[in-house]
Amino acid sequence: MKKVLELQNVSKKYQAKNGEVDALKSISFSVEEGEFVSIIGPSGCGKSTLLSIIAGLEPKTDGQIKITTPIGYMLQKDSLLEWRNIYDNVMFGLEISRKKTKESEEYVTNLLKKYGLYDFKDKYPNQLSGGMRQRAALIRTLAINPKILLLDEAFSALDYQTRIMVTNDIYKILKNENITALIVTHDISEAISMSDRVVVLTKRPATVKTIHSIDFEMESRNPINCRESPKFSKYFDTIWKELDVHV
Amino acid sequence: MYEKNISEDRKKYLRKIKKNKALVILTQISIVILFIVGWEILANQGIIDSFITSQPSRIFDTFLNLSSNDLLMHLGVTLTETLIGFVTGVFLGVFIAILLWWSKFLAKVAEPFLVILNSLPKVALGPVIIVWVGAGMGAIITMGLAISLIVTILEILNGFLNTDKELIKMAKTFNATKLQILTKIVIPANISTFFNSLKVNIGLSLVGVITGEFLVSKAGLRLPNCLWRSSI
Ligand SMILES: Nc1ncnc2c1ncn2[C@@H]1O[C@H](COP(=O)(O)OP(=O)(O)O)[C@@H](O)[C@H]1O
Ligand SMILES: [Mg+2]
Repeated sequence: MKKVLELQNVSKKYQAKNGEVDALKSISFSVEEGEFVSIIGPSGCGKSTLLSIIAGLEPKTDGQIKITTPIGYMLQKDSLLEWRNIYDNVMFGLEISRKKTKESEEYVTNLLKKYGLYDFKDKYPNQLSGGMRQRAALIRTLAINPKILLLDEAFSALDYQTRIMVTNDIYKILKNENITALIVTHDISEAISMSDRVVVLTKRPATVKTIHSIDFEMESRNPINCRESPKFSKYFDTIWKELDVHV
Repeated sequence: MYEKNISEDRKKYLRKIKKNKALVILTQISIVILFIVGWEILANQGIIDSFITSQPSRIFDTFLNLSSNDLLMHLGVTLTETLIGFVTGVFLGVFIAILLWWSKFLAKVAEPFLVILNSLPKVALGPVIIVWVGAGMGAIITMGLAISLIVTILEILNGFLNTDKELIKMAKTFNATKLQILTKIVIPANISTFFNSLKVNIGLSLVGVITGEFLVSKAGLRLPNCLWRSSI
């Protein structure tokens, strides 16, 4: 398999008025084409920082990052623009990068049709449910044709039931579009159910504690049916202990 | 979905909203009428001195004789002055707010000056302005500007700086430039701030202009003053 993303000893120090904040310390791991990798760690350990660095929004202090494919980035909030209708919202990325062409518009229209948002293209974000908004945000990202997608707690703003459905929904879309995913979450179940590997980070400054390979040995695995596998709770227990949560 | 089959309950709800709105407007009109009628009656009865407070019927007469007392001309002058002050204030205010949003350095430098200018009693500047600009329309417009400009800058800048950070980050994930963030996120997100500031500003400009007219006053309304003088 081809590596599409590789991190070597990536470190990050934030400079602030009241001192330095050591956010990441010598992080190394890689992601292969088509793979779903989750990053899990205590809150405030540096997960968002890591994704921002990979996406190039934030400079790193040290280390190396190799990326061979275009990147898309999905944030926790859908950040749809309330003053634009759904169509203009999903075109936002293309508009910004000045790649709005006949072909790209056709591509987006197809995505809207394929994922059930076409009938809502003239509606405004506040007329859509949380799940649909998240899907619109995903299409906005897919519109620029990324091969690897970074998701930063992209589902945590949704309530529990919706989150399970949306996770499942987005999992299928990404598999369908052949996209590699790097998923940040603080939800152990979500990490296990979505991914082929789980990277566990220590608390700040984040270092890689362990990397687990997740394999349910199922035919057509998805984030919902894998929860019924007996291996699910085993993975859960192991990771739970490693996260070392203290109240 | 919900546009088509409007249920009975929905209709009732919509009717109720409509009725409520009508009631509010009706009450507002009644208050104005009551005030005018009350004023007229009290003046007629001699309970209030119409030499000091005038009287609706006299003001009305004055309006009818507009041409004879040049009120129309004065009204026009004041309106023009206010409009010029208002439009310049808004454009200049928005422009400066954009500059300050763009450059954190400029904003830091300007902050204490803005605070001081804002707390200054601008009316007291009147004589100084007349000395600088000369006693004419220019001084009056400058007065209107002085009162509204700083408030506009502060209000719009505040709105700009409070734009949802997540939206800006989202735009950055698509490699948006600073100019794109300004035009596609910050400005559209602040349309309501902008209109609020317009509302406050038209009032402030009028105050500024009338104050200016009191100080300079060759032509123009000094609305209350003029009306009183000609209606008494
Ligand atoms: N711009 C910044 N300047 C200084 N410190 C920051 C900045 N952004 C994040 N941090 C700090 O870095 C640490 C990691 O933050 P973050 O990556 O958001 O954690 P997580 O996403 O894992 O919750 C936190 O302690 C946070 O306070
Ligand atoms: Mg985070």
